Amino acid sequence: MSTTVDHHREPAQDRSAPGPAGILGLHLRDVTLEVGDGGERVRALDRVDLSVTPGEFVAVIGPSGAGKSSLLAVAGALATPTSGVVEVLGQDLAGLRGQGQLAAFRRRHLGFVFQSGNLVPALTAADQLRLARRIAHRGGRSRSFDPAPLLEAVDMGHRAGHRPGQLSGGERQRVGIARALVNEPSLLLVDEPTAALDRRRSQDIVALLARQCHQRGIAGVMVTHDHDVLDHCDRVVEMVDGRLVDHRSVTLRP
Amino acid sequence: MFLALRELAFARGRFSLMGLVIGLIAILMVLLSGLSSGLVNDGVSGLKSLPVSAFAFDEGTKTDNAFSRSVVDTDQLAAWRGQPDVAEAELMGTSIMNAVTDDGQQVDLTMFGVEPDGFLAPEPADGDALDRPAGIVVSESLRGEGIDVGTVITLDRINTELEVVGFTEGQATFGHVDIAYLPLATWQLIAAGQAPDGEAPTDAHLATLDFDQASVIALQGAEGSELAAGSAEAFAAGDTAATTTTLSLEESFNASPGYQAETMTLSMIQVFLYAIGALVVGAFFTVWTIQRGHELAVLRAMGASAGYLLRDGLAQASILLVSFTALGVAAGVGLGSLMPEGMPFALEAQPIAVASALTILLGLVGAAVAVLRVTRIEPISALGGNR
Ligand SMILES: Nc1ncnc2c1ncn2[C@@H]1O[C@H](COP(=O)(O)OP(=O)(O)O)[C@@H](O)[C@H]1O
Ligand SMILES: [Mg+2]
Repeated sequence: MSTTVDHHREPAQDRSAPGPAGILGLHLRDVTLEVGDGGERVRALDRVDLSVTPGEFVAVIGPSGAGKSSLLAVAGALATPTSGVVEVLGQDLAGLRGQGQLAAFRRRHLGFVFQSGNLVPALTAADQLRLARRIAHRGGRSRSFDPAPLLEAVDMGHRAGHRPGQLSGGERQRVGIARALVNEPSLLLVDEPTAALDRRRSQDIVALLARQCHQRGIAGVMVTHDHDVLDHCDRVVEMVDGRLVDHRSVTLRP
Repeated sequence: MFLALRELAFARGRFSLMGLVIGLIAILMVLLSGLSSGLVNDGVSGLKSLPVSAFAFDEGTKTDNAFSRSVVDTDQLAAWRGQPDVAEAELMGTSIMNAVTDDGQQVDLTMFGVEPDGFLAPEPADGDALDRPAGIVVSESLRGEGIDVGTVITLDRINTELEVVGFTEGQATFGHVDIAYLPLATWQLIAAGQAPDGEAPTDAHLATLDFDQASVIALQGAEGSELAAGSAEAFAAGDTAATTTTLSLEESFNASPGYQAETMTLSMIQVFLYAIGALVVGAFFTVWTIQRGHELAVLRAMGASAGYLLRDGLAQASILLVSFTALGVAAGVGLGSLMPEGMPFALEAQPIAVASALTILLGLVGAAVAVLRVTRIEPISALGGNR
């Protein structure tokens, strides 16, 4: 909001310029994230460029410690990069000030799917969705919210009244996906969704994630170790030592 | 409240256990409060019921047991009567005596010698007022002990006979001993050692008495005056003129036997109970919040504000504290009403309300300190494995 003109700023370095793939979706440009305190600082992300367009579902693979979780954190407004630009839905995340604004941005525009669902043990499937709705501060609208259609969309309509303890791993993950979709996110961030699932269920879950992104026009990023599920993804990128080394930008699905 | 209520229902075992502890603390608190009120009544109900603003004791009297130790005379009374803002001032004699009734039963009595026509004279709920030298008006609480109007009471050692003519309205005790009001002149006759042996004092005995001392000067301040409010500054001038040390009615409670020690012990127990309550609730919610750490991190990552989670946690603690304190108080009141007759125990609404509010408030402080942890939870820790 400064009215002074910065004469030293080069147009090429303008951080707020829209990404090459357009304004919507996710755009990481030259993102570096250093972690650790004081002396021993690790480059968890090293000059990463990545764009995911609306409706596109991208897998991030790579060995443990490569920086996959760090990528999700930076894209998900959970960590602020040391340098570089993170843009979601045309918004430069560097423009968000403090935990409060970051949290508000997350609940309005982002959906998270965590390892093994990470549901609240006390809540039924329907209440998991209602809570997500309430968290997004939609007051009256949160009360009139009907979780049934979303639960149907993930084939969990018949489990609406069940708590996580009464659900299988795959069912928990389905509820977790429905919960991530409650507030109509623009960007879906998925962290190892199949870590606790067998092969067939893994296929189902990833297929469901890809389908939801395609149908709803959501930009999706999924971190995974599981190479069997990559067929469902539109694109696969690989991380090594904090860098995106292999843009196997194979378009698996038109 | 959405999450709070559902978690209360889900983890009802754990919360009931905590609730049980809160309930037991509340019961203990009601019983302590009852005991405290009971002891206060037993100790100073006789003073509380007097229309007195302050008592002037002889200067330099040790506060402890000052009522039986102090000696004042009519000169000091005159000096006080000359003070502005003094509506009423009268001599009052106080002493504790042992006696036996005509059917051989032993009783202890606090003898309050007061002017029969003065402002301290009791208005008996039953029987007559102080109308003759040997007549005494005794505490209502003695009625259960075989004492009735017309019962003759003989004082030990001096063998002077007094006759019960009336009963006070409600309990009147002082230092856990029942009060017997008697005419000041009769009290002075006894104090001077001129009371008749083996018979009742009469007007003839009083006529020969030349004794102007009593224990204290009872003062009543003019309405709305500083003196009536019990202000220490208002006492200073009178104290200098009359060479007395004046204590407000409340302060004078400490001058009654055992009062200070009892109330201090009880308040200390109560303070400890509040502290224990707050710590236990705090510890419970600390463990509970830490246990939910990953779940809370997930909610924070989903964009829940720290305020939302804080409000939810505090609502949970409030529901738990209020409901189980209420249950505990109800149980405590129920238990209290079963207390045997004669035990110093009185359930009074105000101290119980204050104590309940304190239990809830301090419990909430304990819970708040614990629940504040949610503001320090890193939402980024939601990513990665299920720690
Ligand atoms: N809070 C942290 N403190 C220190 N080092 C960290 C921290 N978070 C991540 N790292 C380091 O950053 C690198 C990338 O981590 P991460 O993004 O979790 O990788 P991945 O998810 O691919 O296993 C690793 O070397 C890891 O040790
Ligand atoms: Mg990781």
